[in-house]
Amino acid sequence: MENVVKFENVNKSFNDFQLNDVCFSVKKGYITGFIGPNGSGKTTTIKLIMSLLKRNSGDLKVFGEETVANSKEIKQRIGFVYAENHFYNHLSVKQMKRLVSSFYDNWDESTFQSYMKYFNLPWKKKIKHLSTGMRMKLSLAIALSHDAELIIMDEPTSGLDPVFRREILDILSEIIQDENKTVFFSTHITTDLEQIADYITFIYNGEIIFDDEKDHILEKYHIIRGAKELLDDDIRQMFIHLRETSVGFEALTDNPQKVRNLMGNDIIMEPASLEEIMVYTVRSGQHA
Amino acid sequence: MNIIISNSSKEPIFEQIKNQIKQSVLRNEIKEGDSLPSMRRLAKELRISVITTKRAYEELENEGFIISFVGKGSFVAGQNKDLLKEKRLTMIEESLSEIISESKALNISLSEMKQMLELLYGEGEE
Repeated sequence: MENVVKFENVNKSFNDFQLNDVCFSVKKGYITGFIGPNGSGKTTTIKLIMSLLKRNSGDLKVFGEETVANSKEIKQRIGFVYAENHFYNHLSVKQMKRLVSSFYDNWDESTFQSYMKYFNLPWKKKIKHLSTGMRMKLSLAIALSHDAELIIMDEPTSGLDPVFRREILDILSEIIQDENKTVFFSTHITTDLEQIADYITFIYNGEIIFDDEKDHILEKYHIIRGAKELLDDDIRQMFIHLRETSVGFEALTDNPQKVRNLMGNDIIMEPASLEEIMVYTVRSGQHA
Repeated sequence: MNIIISNSSKEPIFEQIKNQIKQSVLRNEIKEGDSLPSMRRLAKELRISVITTKRAYEELENEGFIISFVGKGSFVAGQNKDLLKEKRLTMIEESLSEIISESKALNISLSEMKQMLELLYGEGEE
């Protein structure tokens, strides 16, 4: 399978935080969700892809090209939606569009106009008077109007209501109807990904915990509940996270078959949600 | 053809899709040459991942229910009539085995069973 983005042992350090030997890839034609708690390195990773930061070491390729040397060409082919408002507040939507569109060789005015209509965006309103949702829509409309092959979004759905979040997910599905297009988006709202994402990359504390097909992940990770008397040292070892209470235990495992073999039918075993996987993995890290 | 998926079912989603398309073919609701929605279209419509629909289609193709052509999409494959009959026979055999084990549990003999079968079979014919 073709990789649109490929990280190999990428390191980047700041005073108080570092990305550690990051390896993962974003596959062409699919939606990859990038999850992790706040402060795990999601935005840093995205900034490296966009050459807004320089890595200290390792190999990073986008469209098969080294990023820093080819950043101009690469950015033409990426539609980028930021988490924060990156527009000029004093400009109107129309003025902002004129400014941004001039950067793109493949700007497609008619596509942009149809998104303006579809999103019900006002041409004359000043950026500072737009709601969060409208600013996100504008950002998305711009990202989708220069024939980008890769759409990257940093927390596009945070701060948005469920109705519009659903709309965004539908738009993402529509984008990859063209199998040459790819979507990579970071979020901590994992339910958005549980539906449409093909791949999930999970980053925590600057390290990639996993990078796999969503269906595989959801088949693998399970939540186990049962009586405390069932726990012994061998069993404890199979749990990523274990929470014991006065009335039983709850645990996360990535080896449900083995747990079932060892513990039999006295336990309740259910597929874990992405949120449970994220939360319990993070907690176990803190306890270690 | 309808495909209705359940998010709370124990059966994985790809398998739900696969079995429902299979049933539609076996029941002759969709016929040879009928086109199926593309994998990407179906994923969008069911709001699920492309990989999931891809897996369902790949397994259906391996089992001979559909054929996919690059750039053209997927179609219901011509079902070999003998094969179709065999698949249905297998289904009947499976149901019969269930009945047999249940009868054995109740100590019903083969000749008793044959009687029952003859009686019921005859009723159906009138």
